[in-house]
Amino acid sequence: MEHAVEATLTVNGAKVTRRIQPRVHLVDFLREELGLTGSHIGCEHGVCGACTVRVNGEIVRGCLMLAVQADGCTVETIEGLSDSQELARLQKAFHEHNAFQCGFCTPAMLMAAQDLLLHKKSPSRDEIRAHISGNYCRCTGYQAIVDAIESVIGK
Amino acid sequence: MKAELPLHAPGTQLDKGYIGQSVPRPNTQRLLQGRGSFIDDLRFPRLAHVAFFRSPYAHARIKKLDFSKAIKSPGVLAVFDGPKVAEYCKPWVAVLAHLKGIKSPPQHAIAIGRACWQGEAVAAVVAESRSQAEDAVALVEAEWEELPVVVDMEEALAGKKIIHPEFTDNICFKREHDTGGVDDAFAQADLVVEDTFHFGRHTGVCLEGRAILADYNAAEHSLTVYHATQAPHMMQDIFSRHLGIPEANVRVICRDIGGSFGIKVHVYADEMATAAISVILRRPVKFVADRLESFLSDIHAREHRVKVKVGVKKTGEIVAFDLDDLTAIGPYSVYPRTSGIEGNQVVNLTGGPYKHQKYRAKMHCVFTNKNVTCQYRAVGHPIAVALTEGIVDLAAQKLGIDPALFRKINLIPDEAYPYTFPSGIKFEKLSHHQALDLLLKKMDYQALREEQKALRGKGVYRGIGLAAMIEVTNPSPAFYGVGGARISAQDGATLRLEPTGMVTVMCSVTEQGQGTEAIFHQIAASAVGVSLDKIKVITGDTGVTPYGGGTWASRGAGIGGEAVLQAGRALRSNILDIASKILSVEKAELDILNNEIVNKLTLESKLPLAELGRVAYFRPDTLPVDFQSELTVTRHYTPRQYGFTFTNGIQASLVEIDPDTGFVKLLKHWCVEDSGTVINPMLVDEQIRGGVVQGIGAALYEECLYGPDGQLLNGNMADYLVPMSGEMPDISCFHIETPTKQAQLGAKGVGEAGTAGAPGAIMNAVNDALLPLNARVTAMPFTPERILKALRKV
Repeated sequence: MEHAVEATLTVNGAKVTRRIQPRVHLVDFLREELGLTGSHIGCEHGVCGACTVRVNGEIVRGCLMLAVQADGCTVETIEGLSDSQELARLQKAFHEHNAFQCGFCTPAMLMAAQDLLLHKKSPSRDEIRAHISGNYCRCTGYQAIVDAIESVIGK
Repeated sequence: MKAELPLHAPGTQLDKGYIGQSVPRPNTQRLLQGRGSFIDDLRFPRLAHVAFFRSPYAHARIKKLDFSKAIKSPGVLAVFDGPKVAEYCKPWVAVLAHLKGIKSPPQHAIAIGRACWQGEAVAAVVAESRSQAEDAVALVEAEWEELPVVVDMEEALAGKKIIHPEFTDNICFKREHDTGGVDDAFAQADLVVEDTFHFGRHTGVCLEGRAILADYNAAEHSLTVYHATQAPHMMQDIFSRHLGIPEANVRVICRDIGGSFGIKVHVYADEMATAAISVILRRPVKFVADRLESFLSDIHAREHRVKVKVGVKKTGEIVAFDLDDLTAIGPYSVYPRTSGIEGNQVVNLTGGPYKHQKYRAKMHCVFTNKNVTCQYRAVGHPIAVALTEGIVDLAAQKLGIDPALFRKINLIPDEAYPYTFPSGIKFEKLSHHQALDLLLKKMDYQALREEQKALRGKGVYRGIGLAAMIEVTNPSPAFYGVGGARISAQDGATLRLEPTGMVTVMCSVTEQGQGTEAIFHQIAASAVGVSLDKIKVITGDTGVTPYGGGTWASRGAGIGGEAVLQAGRALRSNILDIASKILSVEKAELDILNNEIVNKLTLESKLPLAELGRVAYFRPDTLPVDFQSELTVTRHYTPRQYGFTFTNGIQASLVEIDPDTGFVKLLKHWCVEDSGTVINPMLVDEQIRGGVVQGIGAALYEECLYGPDGQLLNGNMADYLVPMSGEMPDISCFHIETPTKQAQLGAKGVGEAGTAGAPGAIMNAVNDALLPLNARVTAMPFTPERILKALRKV
């Protein structure tokens, strides 16, 4: 058994201190230790993007970052960004455009979409498609997602 | 033509309610906020986690398994081999009586004595956490004796090495079909064209891996299974029979499910083992397939080699089709649907849109030492459509006839129905010509052809491809039930008026994200006469809903939806009975509109449903003493007039090839679909698009590659390419509505249409682009390497 290391993170605004095994990746920590199950595990090798969370303001793959690496960091998950209403307009647009089906990729897709909108005022359709290309959706044809994101630009 | 839905009594002014409206899906806000409950999100006390030790060899005898180190690993509760689990879980043999001659050996929850594919589970480690279980899996020691491996399907068919010693060949299932007269027709044809098409093996890649949490209660001898499955009642029956627990003591619950596409409608050995281990350990046990084991053990699909020949007249008429399909299914036919269905569908459907009368086919499903294959979205259709449309395009090209015109000449006329196709399948009513005309108009076919010609002069190679299709939807018991499978072709819906005037709908068709719950909302609200916000739909729980088949074969809307409609009408009638008593007015003078009892003619409000509910439930003493209100009704529906309710459609693809890199750029895709009554156009369109994108994956990117030793070479998300948003085109969807007359809703299925037609349309577009370069590809996926090879550049 590996030695656990103490780490303190600010998760969705609340400070949490835990002893964490160094091998535990961030998304497992969030899900298993904190019960924040909105960040999903799709591949655990950094490709599908379903585990996307925000660390110190940047979106990261929760499966490619160790939880202990987040010591001292601010972590935001879908639960936090839903409660703060930061994602409200995107969530409404996703609902109205039917931009999700099974919903497994959706929390991460919303995080990626919001990241684009924070960095670029009015992205083109191609730029939207490119920015969410790190997030796989197997149900939709992506078009409704692109439509939904496009619909909130300038709002 | 819009479906005529007599949702209300004839003579009223009421409209058709919510049918045909693009309303957003209810029951989904939780998914947007990360507050859904996928199986891995559930928290149980004393939950144990299972991880599997899987065979590293494609075919090997298990000489010895040593668990001594694994059992001592921290957190480990137990380690099981095949014989131990078999004491609790009976093996199965996946055959069906109507697939004559199909054979498969018994399959166990955990392999006993021998592993037949790389990734087959041979031991299960149970621990207090998944990571501890995986740590201990690494400590399982095994001694193996490698056995001869059969990887290539031609080699399997030749049968020099036999995989299963109890058989004398590697043939799981074969079928021949012959109308007679094919050779004569070819002899009289002006041209006979022939080609061989290869379809790569690929898989569903649900973003959520397969998942099961089985919770055995020893005191009650009962099993509750939280399962990512499309068919909860089928699984209830299977858990009951194979684990020896009375059916009534087994409850299967489907919470949120992260994509299915047919992957989650089968019995998986490791999931059966998980349920058995819950019984053995008398505690809840969870298994979630990680991505790497998903690639090794989720069913794969396709892998066909098809030779096809077509005879045509100079004028373009097709006179006959001849087909020879070979498909490899892995070492076992998959339970309980069998792995013979996809090949069977290829025989049934090839040439399906066209009016020729002569048809001959033979098909072999063979065992190989690769992962098993079975029904994945659009089962057989992508093969049948692509090879039909590929050979049809080749014939048109040789005759110098435009592909659109060639189809116009050969498509079954819209007035020819009902129609029996030479393979024996029957079509109630299709609309091929309407669909073709609409497609050509919407895509502006002529303008695209002119643009294509102009661009070719500038060294830009664009291609336009068409693919007409037919699809199996709303299957009757002819699909599985007649063969002895305990798979329900009927579904049921229970509707209950609550005291507040809300309506609870419980339906046996499940929700995987396709929107079944949404359309049940629309149908129930329309049928009863209430607004959408008054409906609550519950699905996916054998302890709650009526009995039914679940989600597969594009059946949710057509079968489940009809049950909801019938139950809604019955509930409406029962409500009006009560209203008649309360108001002392003839029932025939009343109707329900927007949550109120109204006068049928004047639409004047008479009584809110909430008041009716209050009286019926809390003050029935005020009603006549001989009257009992019935505010819960159940109705079922089974399609029976036709074996399947066929739909039709046509797709078109516009691509551009870079002859230097071999890359295919998708510029635009169109789909015209006739799925009968469209209940929610927004849901239908994006479901078609999702299906098209999975078809694009099959055509251009996705393939499970195996080495000669039967090792999966690209079983991870980085090496197995799934379509990403950046490379997908915009996809335009259009509809023709020819309602089925078998049921009052008129809905046919639509979930598989996109996947059925897209590969064929893309193949034809790619070959159209390659034509001036004197190149042709027929092996999917069309990777840059394959295109460059066709161009003789590598």
